[in-house]
Amino acid sequence: MKTISAMAIPVILLVILAAALFKNIPVYDTFLGGAKKGLKTTVGIIVPLVGLLSAVSMFRASGALELICHGLSPLTKILGFPPEALPLAVLRPVSGSASLAVLRDILNNHGADSFAGRVASVISGSTETTLYTLTVYYGAVGIKNARHTLKSALLADFTGFAIAAVAVGLFFSR
Amino acid sequence: MMNYIWPAIMIISVVVSFFTGKFEAVSVAAIEGAGDGVKLCLELCGVMCFWTGIMEIAEKGGIVKRISKLLSPLTRLLFPKIPQNSRAMSAIVMNMTANILGMANAATPLGLKAMQELKELNKNKDSASDEMCMFVVINTASIQLIPATLIALRAAAGSAAPTEIILPVWITSAASVLVGVTAAKIFQKRKAL
Repeated sequence: MKTISAMAIPVILLVILAAALFKNIPVYDTFLGGAKKGLKTTVGIIVPLVGLLSAVSMFRASGALELICHGLSPLTKILGFPPEALPLAVLRPVSGSASLAVLRDILNNHGADSFAGRVASVISGSTETTLYTLTVYYGAVGIKNARHTLKSALLADFTGFAIAAVAVGLFFSR
Repeated sequence: MMNYIWPAIMIISVVVSFFTGKFEAVSVAAIEGAGDGVKLCLELCGVMCFWTGIMEIAEKGGIVKRISKLLSPLTRLLFPKIPQNSRAMSAIVMNMTANILGMANAATPLGLKAMQELKELNKNKDSASDEMCMFVVINTASIQLIPATLIALRAAAGSAAPTEIILPVWITSAASVLVGVTAAKIFQKRKAL
């Protein structure tokens, strides 16, 4: 299973390159063009990230996150969810960049290959920033009543958190 | 929205710090967080460039168009009331494709275009249609094939095998999207009754 997982990316790379070469696409020039856009995106997120990370790092230093996570800890025990990954689950639906920073903290402090590190990774890879998406998408077309969107999306998020712990437990030893 | 959430986070932090006695740590953390933002971007830069470059090749090489075709049975199931050849449907398909391929830059503009097309089909202009709800729910869930940012972060944190979480990620994504979509379908039916 581990090997299949690790092989996915090289195989996808191969398919993408082969298809482009077959179509006579100037592969290297195309790559440079796309990479330049990636650089632009990265530069664009520096300032919002600085703003958010300072706020979130204040939040974490103040002990407020521990307060919330402490309140939620009985629930995580029942679900077999690693308590170290709880701050990520709390922040994930609210802020993409904040949860990215929290993920980095978990990976650095507990190890990327620890149970908590893996669960946190799977949560980050399999969920999105719900509130941000809702605001941008409905804001763009001036919809005031989002009806059942938020509760459906949050249900999906909670499922993701629970299944992440189960899936990691299945694939890796604790 | 961030105009409320951002100050709220800061104010809560300061107030809580008065009770926990960590007010000094809070002011240090504000400056440290700012530096971390820049560091994080530097660490991400190389991998971001690499994958956006590869995705550009995928787009020009026709892989994107092929996936759009592959998705059509799925989009028919999710949005039964939207005609297959409508502009709304093609924007939806391209947005989903961009999401699957992890092209966040392309996904958002295409998603907003789809929302505009959906609004034209929507009779009630102030309230979201069933299709809009479904579409936004799918966009709040992650259906990405390669979580490039995640892999970059794992590599930066010294993981022995940064990509090994990809199968559990796929399983979790599928379960989460399935629940979101099912919930949206159930809630929309309940509203209709």
